[in-house]
Amino acid sequence: MSGNTGVKLIDDNGIRIDGRKVDELRPIKIEAGVLKSADGSAYVEIGKNKVLAAVYGPRECHPRHMQNPAKAIVQCKYNMIAFSVGDRKRPGPDRRSVEISKIISEALEYVVFTESFPRTSVDVYIEVLQANAGTRCAGLTAASVALADAGIPMKDLVPAIAVGKVNDQVVLDLNKEEDNYGQADVPIAMIPRTGEILLLQMDGHLTVPEFNKAMEYAVPALEQIYQMQKDALRRRYATTETAEESVDEQSAPEPSQEA
Amino acid sequence: MARSVVSEIKRDHIHKLIAKGKRVDGRVWDEYRQISIETNYIETAEGSARVKMGNTDVLVGVKMGIGAPFADTPDRGVLSTNAELIPMGSPSFEAGPPDENSIELARVVDRGIRESGMIDLEKLCIEKGKECWINFIDIYVLDYDGNLFDAAFLGAVAALKTCKVPAMENGKGEDFMMPIRKTPISCTAVQIENVILFDPTLDEEKVASARLTVTSDENGDLRAMQKGLRGAFTMDQVKSIIETSQRLGNELRKLVG
Amino acid sequence: MNREGAGGNREIVIPGDLLDASGLKAGSGAYAEDGKVFAAQLGIKSVKSNFVNVIPLGGRYIPATGDSVIGKVIDIGPSNWLIDINSPYPAPLHVNEVPWRVEFGDTSKYLNVGDTLLAKVLMVDETKRVQVTMKEQGLRKLSGGQVIDISYCKVPRVIGKGGSMIQLIKSHTNCRIFIGQNGRIWLDGEIESMVTAIHAIRMIEEGAQESRLTEKVKEYLESVTKSN
Repeated sequence: MSGNTGVKLIDDNGIRIDGRKVDELRPIKIEAGVLKSADGSAYVEIGKNKVLAAVYGPRECHPRHMQNPAKAIVQCKYNMIAFSVGDRKRPGPDRRSVEISKIISEALEYVVFTESFPRTSVDVYIEVLQANAGTRCAGLTAASVALADAGIPMKDLVPAIAVGKVNDQVVLDLNKEEDNYGQADVPIAMIPRTGEILLLQMDGHLTVPEFNKAMEYAVPALEQIYQMQKDALRRRYATTETAEESVDEQSAPEPSQEA
Repeated sequence: MARSVVSEIKRDHIHKLIAKGKRVDGRVWDEYRQISIETNYIETAEGSARVKMGNTDVLVGVKMGIGAPFADTPDRGVLSTNAELIPMGSPSFEAGPPDENSIELARVVDRGIRESGMIDLEKLCIEKGKECWINFIDIYVLDYDGNLFDAAFLGAVAALKTCKVPAMENGKGEDFMMPIRKTPISCTAVQIENVILFDPTLDEEKVASARLTVTSDENGDLRAMQKGLRGAFTMDQVKSIIETSQRLGNELRKLVG
Repeated sequence: MNREGAGGNREIVIPGDLLDASGLKAGSGAYAEDGKVFAAQLGIKSVKSNFVNVIPLGGRYIPATGDSVIGKVIDIGPSNWLIDINSPYPAPLHVNEVPWRVEFGDTSKYLNVGDTLLAKVLMVDETKRVQVTMKEQGLRKLSGGQVIDISYCKVPRVIGKGGSMIQLIKSHTNCRIFIGQNGRIWLDGEIESMVTAIHAIRMIEEGAQESRLTEKVKEYLESVTKSN
């Protein structure tokens, strides 16, 4: 956030450098169940961002001392791969990744029904393959689809997006240039149905009315992303037969039978 | 821990099949799984490739920067290879700095590329003794179902072959393609009950006694080899693996053009 | 019955989908909030008596008392073994719960790491601590044959109504087949027959066909036996 208003990022017609209007999202693609080893997975593209999320769990909690006797813990690790950015990033967690991992873990822990699995860990891994601003939002969006894909009981899916300010105007879904030269950046995650906000950060300079305007842009965008998350999960199982076949799933079958 | 213990039944079943010349997935001993390679996969990298070999899925990227050459090779570019067995790739991969498996993988891939002279490093010299291009090859294992050596090597070769040197944005003239001289390919085989199998799946690797990776170039010359696991090969087995590697390597080479 | 909510009975639902607002109670895979029932898991909506349930499409097997399971020994102690039953919780098997008389420290003489066995879930306490037993008729160590893992959710489909589906597979392949509630299946027979049986099981697990799954599996089994 350099707040450098010298760089013109929005033209006089209100069009941004990538052709979008101020309240327009970048093109989004979401796919569920893209990896085989993980229990659940998802792939998300938002503009030029490419993010992969994988879930293992619930499984035995490591390290042991982190175990909670009453519920599962949700441990998320967010990481950017070395060639996801212009200047190669040295592998390994840096302070930024640690902070982002923490806030995403907290958001996910709110929606997962952790009491169902005491003493276990639900491990979520987010790898940013290609970055173009808004990676933590893309990551959380992918992570919540991966959790559902893994069959983890949860309250709802969690969409996330960043809103900000550029050339004194509030804009939705900052791209890389807007993030670098803009004046404010507000990543937010919210459950559309209940309005519960699970992730919220802000850096830069916003007046209160500007913040309110940012929220006005964010809410419908989050609803849109939420529908795409649901869609991705439905498509994954689209060919699974649903009705038909008179099998009574609820009755206790004879489990082990010998010829 | 639970997943790394192979059940006796699974082990016996693999042995039984092998005695009949079969494998669990129906392949024959010198058959590779279905391979797909997608190059230019990541825009922020100068070169990249995502390779799928059966259910194994590996992403390789090449980033280039400018730096000082090594003192003993003042007129050549620098090559640096790193591999990450990231936790998403397998329940047995733990988070943390590269362990011995990641390091071995990186070094074997590096060796094959370096010793084959694949890259004309002299063309990557900018000013002798002062400046040269530094190549970072980063390997990420997204999904592990055996044979990381071959999948990673194929990815590295594909990424390097489609890599564009970013001279323009670094003020060093026009961009140019990575100067490639040779196309090495690695082939990995395992030994189970004295039978040799190429392109092992994870289950096959787990019951194998020994593993051999052979990296050769288009002339059929050997550039790198690595034996792994705690069992032994006979000399005949080694020679036979080398011979088959050259044959299979030529087929795999067609995939990277 | 008022079927207000996401889709009708037996449609795919996603966590957060509204399942019912007419006063039905939340069953498994669902939760209640403000008098309404919502899906908690990705699965198929199923309404039974007064409850709205979601039959999950994925997820890990959670042990329940009385379940028959196929386990793998992953660790041994002097007076017990640790069994992996493909669930988030490893299950201890105590020397008192096996059909043999085991002296302290002699555990490896009877069961070793890597052994596969047929066991029953003896008990699951409130903190989900699980114990298994082999003391019932028919429970034992398994050898030979092959073990495959399927999603535990598909076990009822593989068994079929009254065991019809699994019978179909057994009769066409002449394989002995044990199905654990934990999604682990053991089979034994001729190598080619096992390949056929496994293929049929995977067909059911993937459920790729939109309809007439039983018929399609039958067609496949018949085509294979005909060509043999």
